[in-house]
Amino acid sequence: MSDTTFLGMPAFPVAARDALRDSQLRGNLARATGTIRTRRAAAVGEQDDWEELREAGRALKERTLRHLDRYLLQLEEKVTAAGGQVHWARDAEEARRIVVQLVQDTGEREVVKVKSMVTQEIGLNEALAEAGIDAYETDLAELIVQLGHDQPSHILVPAIHRNRAEIREIFLRSMGEYGTPAPAGLDDDPRRLAEAARRHLREKFLRAKVAVSGVNFLVAETGTAVVVESEGNGRMCLTLPETLISVTGIEKVVPTWQDLEVYLQLLPRSSTGERMNPYTSTWTGTTAEDGPRTFHLVLVDGGRTDTLADPVGRQVLNCIRCSACLNVCPVYERVGGHTYGSVYPGPIGAVLSPQLRGTDSEADRSLPFASSLCGACYEVCPVKIDIPRVLLHLRARVVEQERERRLPKPERLAMTAARWVLTRPSWLSAAQRAGGLGSRLVARRGRLGRLPGPLSRWTDTRDAPVPAAESFSAWWRRTHPETRRPARRRQS
Amino acid sequence: MRIALFITCLNDTLFPATGRAVVTLLERLGCRVEFPQGQTCCGQMHFNTGYQRDCVPLVRRFTEVFAGYDAVVTPSGSCAGMVREQYGRVAELSGDARLSTAVQEAPPVYELSEFLVDVLGVTDVGAYFPHRVTYHPTCHSLRMLGVGDRPLALLRAVRGIDLVELGAAEQCCGFGGTFALKNADTSVAMCTDKVRHVLDTGADVLCAGDNSCLMHIGGTLSRLRTGVRVMHLAEILASTETGPDHAAAAASAGVTGPAARRAVERTKTP
Repeated sequence: MSDTTFLGMPAFPVAARDALRDSQLRGNLARATGTIRTRRAAAVGEQDDWEELREAGRALKERTLRHLDRYLLQLEEKVTAAGGQVHWARDAEEARRIVVQLVQDTGEREVVKVKSMVTQEIGLNEALAEAGIDAYETDLAELIVQLGHDQPSHILVPAIHRNRAEIREIFLRSMGEYGTPAPAGLDDDPRRLAEAARRHLREKFLRAKVAVSGVNFLVAETGTAVVVESEGNGRMCLTLPETLISVTGIEKVVPTWQDLEVYLQLLPRSSTGERMNPYTSTWTGTTAEDGPRTFHLVLVDGGRTDTLADPVGRQVLNCIRCSACLNVCPVYERVGGHTYGSVYPGPIGAVLSPQLRGTDSEADRSLPFASSLCGACYEVCPVKIDIPRVLLHLRARVVEQERERRLPKPERLAMTAARWVLTRPSWLSAAQRAGGLGSRLVARRGRLGRLPGPLSRWTDTRDAPVPAAESFSAWWRRTHPETRRPARRRQS
Repeated sequence: MRIALFITCLNDTLFPATGRAVVTLLERLGCRVEFPQGQTCCGQMHFNTGYQRDCVPLVRRFTEVFAGYDAVVTPSGSCAGMVREQYGRVAELSGDARLSTAVQEAPPVYELSEFLVDVLGVTDVGAYFPHRVTYHPTCHSLRMLGVGDRPLALLRAVRGIDLVELGAAEQCCGFGGTFALKNADTSVAMCTDKVRHVLDTGADVLCAGDNSCLMHIGGTLSRLRTGVRVMHLAEILASTETGPDHAAAAASAGVTGPAARRAVERTKTP
């Protein structure tokens, strides 16, 4: 995955602390996610067979991933037969090299881009810039992010962390540097802002000879690529330039058009809360006298095959990037997307990034723990990815890895001590008595206001309860004298 | 029917009043509750923090301690969820086929509201609690167990109660076990919003089915000196006008479940 974007991000708790201080960010996020949540709930609620659809979406992905090798080869054959060229990229570096070379072969110095998380994942824009090629994002929110020299913070609405007043300032300040400037006297009326973006982008669409796009789905039986969008800027990119380079992950394949039908129902309702998205573009290779003359499809692995090898973790490859899990996540709503240090934020990012990138960095090791395990994400996921289960699976992987590497961790000591006490009821009783006595010495009016060490992370903001003078077990033994003491058990 | 109480380590140590309330309540409804000795912890803290191997002896202990009972009842949605959802996975992880069998053969584990409504078939437990109360559905009881509106049905039947709806009730309070320490800032931010909604209701008491979440929200309510108390569902349901007159309360509660009826009969014969 990318080693250029989000380089050197701190671990989640540290990044979160900074994000939580940004009251503007929290206001923007709460408003935006709240609105999308309500819209999604309404759009899903009116579909009687939603649960059956979800199950179909999950089952189709599972079956396809099981035979991915076959469908990918079928796809390559069909795309090639229809006049396109398929390129295989093992990792981010290979993918960057392929795309830069393809652009250089056209002799052009600029490209328009749309709808591609994978190009952010591989850090394509930076690679293009190094090769002296300007890349212009044309998705409205991506444009805002690019003009603001910023990073995307949401899968569907990359500029969700910005409100319209901030967008107005970004447009006024930066549009002129890259092309048609924002009109003087621009206010923060959404219609005016969209109009300014339209004028700015139209010039790029009409001039560009090369486009780079992402893909939502690839239909193996015909070799057809599908892009689903709201603005129509994607269609401009896909149809106007002479050369189209589509970059995507190998997991985007569906076997047939009939399978696609399921996802075209699941995706818009889950992501924008619409029954149907405004624009669905499909193309198969090249067509004489219409659209791009040259079509390249770059299929990126980037850790996906490794993810596929994990029986629990592989379900994250079901993801259709709808972002419903972000919009319902109470953690995401408070800390925003940048805190996740990846182009994939929110709950899905917390289970995807540590699998695609591995868990070598402290930031990636912290991601599986960036959840209260409330389960709201699983409830809304249109392809039924059991995100809490994968989070727990990855937490265990991180702990095992740290154990093997003998990384010193006070937490491990505490957990071992807890296991010792909890597997010996008499020790537990003794600990309860000692805790009860000790804390009553320091408690004031029945509360503990300050605890030492790592427990201060609790008492900095929350009072702690005082352990009871008599535990429940002790009370029971006192009031039920007939109860026999536990027999000495095999210690485990 | 042999009913075992699984108190959970947190309740045992910090909230024994909840356990006593469960005993009072179930005895009032005519059940005889046993408290198997040697029980400690379900292992959720270890499992959810990634120490899954440390969890194996705790799963083994649980299956040994509760073997032979017909039902296990516990005043925690989260611990009930741990046993029901994860024990099979821990057993599989241990590679011990006998443990897998023991987990499969373990008695069913019910969260308190499930036990009352589904097993005893009762929603009016004969409680009296003349206070303004709001209810927070904890995430694991709501999404892992799917208790639905059982706790609310039980609360609605409490005499004298002024039950008020909590805004954004289904949003997590931010406890999340070790999440509250590992991601303390985020946890507190989530709790702050929960507390705001609690205060908006004007309730005197915040009620839930998990003392872990209540410890978190209650700790914040206490630090802010809001004067709002937190109480476990069991403690509200155990409250009566006259104190623990078990048989009378059970009779007036219209207990319908077969186990409860049998149990009530037993208490009537001297």
